[in-house]
Amino acid sequence: MPADFTISLYVFVLAGFLGFEVIKRVSPLLHTPLMSLTNALDAIVVIAAIIICGRRESNLSTILGAIAVAAAFSNMIGGFLITDRMLRMFKLSGRKKQ
Amino acid sequence: MTTTLAASQLVDFAYIFAIALFILSLKWLSSPATARHGVLAGEIGAAVAVVTTFFNPELVEFKWIFVGLLAGVIIGIPLGLVPITAVPQRTAMSHAFGALAASLIGISEFYVRTPHITKFGMIEIAMEVIIGSLSVTGSLIAAGKLQEILPQRPIVYKGQNIVSLTVLGTAVILALVLMFRPDLTVLFPIMVVVSLFFGFLLVMPIGGADMPTVISLLNSYVGLSAALLGFVLSSRVLVVAGALDGSSGFILSVIMCKAMNRSFTNVLFGAFGQLQVSAEAGKEERTVRSASPEEAAQIIGSSNSVIVVPGYGMAVAQAQHKVREMFDILTKKGIDVKFAIHPVAGRMPGHMNVLLAEADIPYDKLIDMETANSEMPQTDVALIIGANDVTNPAAKTDQGSPIYGMPIIEVDKARTAMVIKRSLNPGFAGIDNPLYYMDKTLMLFGDAKKFVSDIVHELSGGGGH
Repeated sequence: MPADFTISLYVFVLAGFLGFEVIKRVSPLLHTPLMSLTNALDAIVVIAAIIICGRRESNLSTILGAIAVAAAFSNMIGGFLITDRMLRMFKLSGRKKQ
Repeated sequence: MTTTLAASQLVDFAYIFAIALFILSLKWLSSPATARHGVLAGEIGAAVAVVTTFFNPELVEFKWIFVGLLAGVIIGIPLGLVPITAVPQRTAMSHAFGALAASLIGISEFYVRTPHITKFGMIEIAMEVIIGSLSVTGSLIAAGKLQEILPQRPIVYKGQNIVSLTVLGTAVILALVLMFRPDLTVLFPIMVVVSLFFGFLLVMPIGGADMPTVISLLNSYVGLSAALLGFVLSSRVLVVAGALDGSSGFILSVIMCKAMNRSFTNVLFGAFGQLQVSAEAGKEERTVRSASPEEAAQIIGSSNSVIVVPGYGMAVAQAQHKVREMFDILTKKGIDVKFAIHPVAGRMPGHMNVLLAEADIPYDKLIDMETANSEMPQTDVALIIGANDVTNPAAKTDQGSPIYGMPIIEVDKARTAMVIKRSLNPGFAGIDNPLYYMDKTLMLFGDAKKFVSDIVHELSGGGGH
């Protein structure tokens, strides 16, 4: 097994357990925003798309990279936007809307 | 030389910083009070990571990157501004986009590396691209069903599971062949197409009522494909972000499955609502008690406590704002009104909470199934709006029922149960609900929005007496 793979596997296992422990504590009230937030965070693949697109390996990789940049970045922008919109709606009793 | 080294170190530190913020972001989501800080933390982390990526010394051309980013902004902003009622289909669309990005990067990486690709590298790329591609089509089908472009009924045929598994098997075999013969590059696009087709086959048979599980499962696949992409590119930031997204989807899938007392395999391979149609035929006529809006308003208005049980029907009828008006009037009268949310009510995890929050119902009035069930025996009225299976007492009593064993909100324990429903037709999954024939149950026949609005009219003294 390549060393790089082993390191990635360590990171994956640790991050998976950490994610499990943190996300387990998310209130069921917020499961919809949780999904849109993790979508936005997952859109960090945009950084890989940027590199694929901009390192000029071939026309194909530039085109695929550009489409991937668009897809991932729209998720990032849209995901944060809608998560914040939804979270703004959650209010306690007695605290009336503006 | 030293400058490039410094630049790549800078990028790495920025990514580590971003990851720390991502974890904090999810941690702050634990409560509505801190949740918005979580979004901010995520945004800062993402912005830092994206900006520093431009310092990567590998980058030589920027034009197409900016075209891509611009397109992302143009598509992303409308997707962030969709009405709250469209959130389930929007979420499915963003699963598709996330999976598309991950798949395209994997595909591009394959063509860059072949034919000098290691066996190990090939299998990583193949797994990444298979999972990514099936999530693309699977999510698009889910979005189509949620948008009601595609039929929401489960679409099933004989030998379906064998066909689906054969298609998946074909993709895996192509991947294995490519591992030993990466020079047969023509097989790679075939593998992609076969995986896309499998995603279609996987979600097509699944009915609307199972969408909360499917959408969560697709969420975890998208996370997994991003993490695998991190393996392919040796990018730990992707591994972490993918693992977080994947574990989130996985946790939600488990919660949804438990809330339906079903297993993953059962959701994916056992379409619901097909089996018992024949069993229901030939049932004797049973009597139901129905009530008018005036009668309903009178009972609700003279009660001390009401628990509203909303379901997908409330979302379809767009009744949540009328429900809020009712909530306001009753609260003013000193009646205790709460909303009991079943984990699988609606079309995605947390769907009902978001709809009610949008209608300005305070979240401390939204209670979970366990709390609701402990309060139900002291509750005067349980008002069911557009929910069916999640209140079906057959889940506890009738071993022959397809939903036997599913945890329900025990509205039959309240003093009176009122069900707003269009007709006596069995619900989405086609399962008969004995609640409707109980003595304590009043059926309120009509459109949810219209009926609640009539009740509001009566309660506010506008009855014209």
